[in-house]
Amino acid sequence: MITRDDIQNVSGYKKPQPPEKKIKLRKFNWSRVMIYAVMVVLLSVTGYTLTHLDTANVKIGDAIHGLMMTLNQIFLQPRAGSDGVMPLLSALGISLLLAIMTTIIGAVIGFLFAVIASRNLTNAYFGAIIRVVMAIIRAIPTIVWVLIFSIVCGLGTNAAILGLSFHSIAYLTKAYSESIEEIDQTTIEALKVTGSKFWVIVFQAIWPTIIASLVSWTFIRLEINFANAIAVGAAAGAGGIGYQLFVASGMSFDFHEVGFIVYLIIGVTILLEFIAVKLRQMYITK
Amino acid sequence: MSSPIKFLAQKHRKQTVIIAVIGSIYALSSWILNFDSFSGFTAVPKAFTWLGVNFSPTSESVELLPRIWQKLIETVALAVSSTVVAAIIALFVAILGSKATGINNYVHVIVRGIASFFRNIPLVAWAMILLFSFKQSDFTGFLALLLMTVGYLIRAFMEIIEDEASETMMALKATGASYFQVIFQAVLPQIMPSLISWVLYMIENNVRDATLVGILTGTGIGFIFDLYFKSFRFDAVGMTILAIIIVVIVLEVLSNQIRKVIL
Amino acid sequence: MLEVKHLTKSYQKDKPALTDISFSVEPGNFLAIIGPSGAGKTTILRSLNQLIKDDDGQILLDGSDIRSDNKSQLRKHRRQIGMVFQNYNLVERLTVIENVLHGRLGYKSTLAGMFGIYSEEEKKEALELLDKVGLKDFALQRCSELSGGQKQRVGIARSLIQHPKVILCDEPIASLDPASSHTVMHLLKQLTIEFNIICVANLHQINLAKKYADRIVGIRQGKLVFDEESSMLSEEILETLYDQSISKELE
Repeated sequence: MITRDDIQNVSGYKKPQPPEKKIKLRKFNWSRVMIYAVMVVLLSVTGYTLTHLDTANVKIGDAIHGLMMTLNQIFLQPRAGSDGVMPLLSALGISLLLAIMTTIIGAVIGFLFAVIASRNLTNAYFGAIIRVVMAIIRAIPTIVWVLIFSIVCGLGTNAAILGLSFHSIAYLTKAYSESIEEIDQTTIEALKVTGSKFWVIVFQAIWPTIIASLVSWTFIRLEINFANAIAVGAAAGAGGIGYQLFVASGMSFDFHEVGFIVYLIIGVTILLEFIAVKLRQMYITK
Repeated sequence: MSSPIKFLAQKHRKQTVIIAVIGSIYALSSWILNFDSFSGFTAVPKAFTWLGVNFSPTSESVELLPRIWQKLIETVALAVSSTVVAAIIALFVAILGSKATGINNYVHVIVRGIASFFRNIPLVAWAMILLFSFKQSDFTGFLALLLMTVGYLIRAFMEIIEDEASETMMALKATGASYFQVIFQAVLPQIMPSLISWVLYMIENNVRDATLVGILTGTGIGFIFDLYFKSFRFDAVGMTILAIIIVVIVLEVLSNQIRKVIL
Repeated sequence: MLEVKHLTKSYQKDKPALTDISFSVEPGNFLAIIGPSGAGKTTILRSLNQLIKDDDGQILLDGSDIRSDNKSQLRKHRRQIGMVFQNYNLVERLTVIENVLHGRLGYKSTLAGMFGIYSEEEKKEALELLDKVGLKDFALQRCSELSGGQKQRVGIARSLIQHPKVILCDEPIASLDPASSHTVMHLLKQLTIEFNIICVANLHQINLAKKYADRIVGIRQGKLVFDEESSMLSEEILETLYDQSISKELE
């Protein structure tokens, strides 16, 4: 057994003398203070909220028991409802098309706005205005957008398309313009000195440079839009698989069907994730 | 081997094909969904004119402000608490499951699978399922947000640990430090800023999602939005939306500032 | 004295990463391990403190075998073996002195270590070691603010505060510029003699190995090709190691 003293003797190390005053390990640092402050604030809000939470006098034990039974029906005994599989599949298709279409609208318009809003391309006030407007549009939840448009267009796919597109445009404008702002300034300058026109620079220099991150962001948005398409279907009655989900779980209480729908949705999400990963690999290796 | 000119021509053709494919997907989708692009997009200015007139605040809607404000604060509190509880659970699970700090590879795969499962079940489904057992209450909304957030945060935290803490972990292990010493002295200090950054991001996101959950479960800001909306009190709807915009933007600005300081 | 006997390791079946590696080092000696990339240098080094579990052989530190250790014995062995990494592996967000004190964790109770409670003596020693590596005024700086060479010297101080018998250096200068490389190598050599410890380093730069090491071990495809005094190292031997003329680098 080797003790610390042995080691010190071996290495000829002198034991340090006891110091006069305490040695500090840290000096004041805003970053650490902020981390602690954020943690304290978040934890106290959480503590307060949880102790004052309205539980509608539900007995937790009973509720959990009920939940287990429902979950059992959902995940272990999924079954299509009395109308069969076809209506569900076509509703699923509608939700997916809704997501794809609004992502296309969002990507095209979002890219144009992103170019105008990027600080390294334009330094006009116009860009700043676009950024503020987009921040406001993003602040409003998708479901609220859909409901707003449903007042004018009536409840249905049109309102859903406009509502989902609005949020997509705002989201993608921000994402794309952040990618554009990461481009090396010299790439842009090199083309500027050749006397190229603005949109030529955009499509010859900027577009190829950021294509990988564009594809990646667009697919993230596609996944979000699919989830949103389901959400607005359920909460705004805008059709698609979300509405079927709402009917099965909130009106006919057929949880076997809920399970079937949930598995369908998970299937599509995993498929989308898979395609996104493959595409990202394709563009990164190129 | 193709010549440069051929290559450029091919590239050009490829781009044209991609644009054509996307264009036809768009056309096909709008045909199936019965969406008339032209009248659809001309509806936008109409909608905003209409909004300008009907959503503008009236003396009545200004009186509702305290009530709207109270519900909104409740919603933010719900979003914060569900995110924080989810983050605490996710941190434990991520430490157990990550490749760097985890138990073994089987646990890693299982944890990834569970996280992906929770993430991919739509929020609507969670809300509806929980509503059936837990009735119309804040607690239902809390659980729905919690379950989905856990899925996201487990994956995010595992990636953070693997990216940022693997190397320092090894160094401390080599000094003879024990597992818990390594976690507390190397892993946690190293990942804390990224962790908080993610938590802030999820809070922003959950405030928006809480509106959706509120509409479904009849709680918080979503509930009174739905209430005013269905009773056609559009001045009150406008006021509610304004309040949401202000709170979300304030949260976004605040968390961006915090990120700047801590990173 | 560190003795390695018949060390063997394979990551996949029938694809040995190390076959029958044996060498030994006396205290106060600097041993360099050289060889082409992927030859197994890192595997050897990480086997020495069992960050990688090898398959067979013996690793004797003053006569006791690290390979037969249980968990707590391994911790005790590991704290006698300092390690310096290519990428420094510091906790960038903590201060320099906190990172140095991490070297004491192996000697502390789990709880005291978890919360980073150190004695004044340990802190004083950390400051003295920082002085020794030339970073006295940097104690309260965050590590993320340091240059590569400075970070590596923090890493060396961290290993020294363990009161090690052995320091293992895994490509200690591969990420550094030439000037910092010399500073770090010089420091390692000086400390090896001063503290009478064993220093084992993986190196890519043959000229630096020849300049600073007492002995050089050559590894190729997991096998020990030579084990010589560094002054005895000839170009013919090196050619068998690299399969090409390396006279340019020797100059």
